Amino acid sequence: MWIKGYKLPAMSSLLIWGLLWEIIGQLDLTFFVPPLSNVFATLFVIIGSPAFLNALWETAQAFLAGVFFSIVIGIPVGIFMGRSRLLDELLLPWVNIFVSAPLTALVPVLMVLFGFGMKSIIITTTLFGIWIIILNTRAGVRQINRSLVEMATSFGASPLDAFAKVYFWAALPEILGGVRIGVIRAVKGVIIGQLLISIVGFGALFELYASNFLMSHFWAVLIVLFALAFSISEFLGYLERKVSYYAASR
Amino acid sequence: MSQTNKAFSDARPLDQEIAVSVRGVSKNYGSVVALKDMTLEFPRGQLTSLLGPSGCGKTTLLKIIAGLLKPDSGEIIVNGKPVVGPGPNRSFVFQDFALLPWANVMRNVAFGLELRGVAKSEREAKAAKYIKDVGLGGFEKAYPHELSGGMRQRVGLARALAVDSRVLLLDEPFSAVDEQTRRKFQEDLLALVANENKTFIFVTHSIEEAVYVSDQIAILLPRPSRVSEIIRPTSFRSKGVENIRRDPEYLDIVDEIWASLRSYVE
Ligand SMILES: Nc1ncnc2c1ncn2[C@@H]1O[C@H](COP(=O)(O)OP(=O)(O)OP(=O)(O)O)[C@@H](O)[C@H]1O
Ligand SMILES: [Mg+2]
Repeated sequence: MWIKGYKLPAMSSLLIWGLLWEIIGQLDLTFFVPPLSNVFATLFVIIGSPAFLNALWETAQAFLAGVFFSIVIGIPVGIFMGRSRLLDELLLPWVNIFVSAPLTALVPVLMVLFGFGMKSIIITTTLFGIWIIILNTRAGVRQINRSLVEMATSFGASPLDAFAKVYFWAALPEILGGVRIGVIRAVKGVIIGQLLISIVGFGALFELYASNFLMSHFWAVLIVLFALAFSISEFLGYLERKVSYYAASR
Repeated sequence: MSQTNKAFSDARPLDQEIAVSVRGVSKNYGSVVALKDMTLEFPRGQLTSLLGPSGCGKTTLLKIIAGLLKPDSGEIIVNGKPVVGPGPNRSFVFQDFALLPWANVMRNVAFGLELRGVAKSEREAKAAKYIKDVGLGGFEKAYPHELSGGMRQRVGLARALAVDSRVLLLDEPFSAVDEQTRRKFQEDLLALVANENKTFIFVTHSIEEAVYVSDQIAILLPRPSRVSEIIRPTSFRSKGVENIRRDPEYLDIVDEIWASLRSYVE
């Protein structure tokens, strides 16, 4: 952001919104918005508490497992779809449906199929993250320079070598973009899973604080969650920039 | 067709071993006839140019020889064996270089060997030698986007040389470099043909280039795609690279080829 020729540091607009939040909170307009300073005070109190750490651990487990499956299933499926006309025709309609479907509506079905435990939560998280990873990987593979593929073939590359040494790397900029968005969606998925399936982790904290009108607590946990998602996304953005040197010249 | 065969047998080097022979190869893309019953032989240790107007099937023929495309009919024999797919006896130099943009020069040059399962230290030693040979010593750690077009093409050439295959297939390798670099490349190519006992099959659009570098020039014509003529320059090859462009035979052949191709240029 620029003001009168001065470049403001990134996200300085957050300061303005934070200030506005504080003012509205101090005016005591609604219980829903406590002053931001109170929220941070609460944050520092609860952040070390066993209940919080336990929730963080439960959420992190489900989240990491879900992201793991989204990536290790999503990338190969995307690569295969990008390479094979037949697979692409078969799978693309489904991927397109799921990438935009209201997945929350599916959660009750998952509960019937997979029970009320960790398994369903992980599957929900995966379902939120995987589709965009597939789509981006597919797009990345489809734009691979034909002669790069022919080059690998002409030197006798095995399918596995072509996959691991050419297709994956050539599509990496798009893959990372897909993973970044997929991870953000997975955050949404894990919280929805924890709210709807079994009340554990951060989902349980949200449920507890919201039903007891502990708004400072509620916002504090939300801010922590936002900060975590933001750091992961920034880290993936950093990786994306690291491969951008060749993204333009493929 | 009979004229083709006649031109072909006239030019046929009787005492020469044939490294690659193309026998009755046809290839269609849907309704487009890219090659029709093409027959052509490439003597071992020599450079043969494929010269012809755009769309006459030069790239298609080269890719069929490489095993990257399957012919609809006919066969390719390389060193006595029919081609069924890509193999270690042939390597390809691509017009657009086909370098891995995420890998440095060393890895790119060694990539053919890497795919063939050669151990890292061995393949890097070999690659280092060829990087020097093509004049890129000192650029081992550079990435393709840091190199000029001419340097990238040298990387592509070094990669093809590093796998040490008997037959090199070059698809318009010099078309993306400037004129001075191109001349230098042509001289280097002549030295390469003289020093390495390899068979070169070289696609080009440039008549002068074809005459300058070739032991044998196959003129291809389109619609239907066929070999119209085979020309073997005889006298100037031995006179040294500086004198070729002034040689009367060189000039005559250039004129002759232009005369037969000009009607195909709209
Ligand atoms: N993948 C393809 N699909 C359909 N038609 C093709 C394909 N590749 C080549 N052709 C057609 O086959 C014919 C021969 O093409 P080819 O690329 O072999 O010509 P070329 O002699 O290499 O031309 P240029 O000198 O322009 O590179 C052309 O008419 C072209 O349109
Ligand atoms: Mg071509």
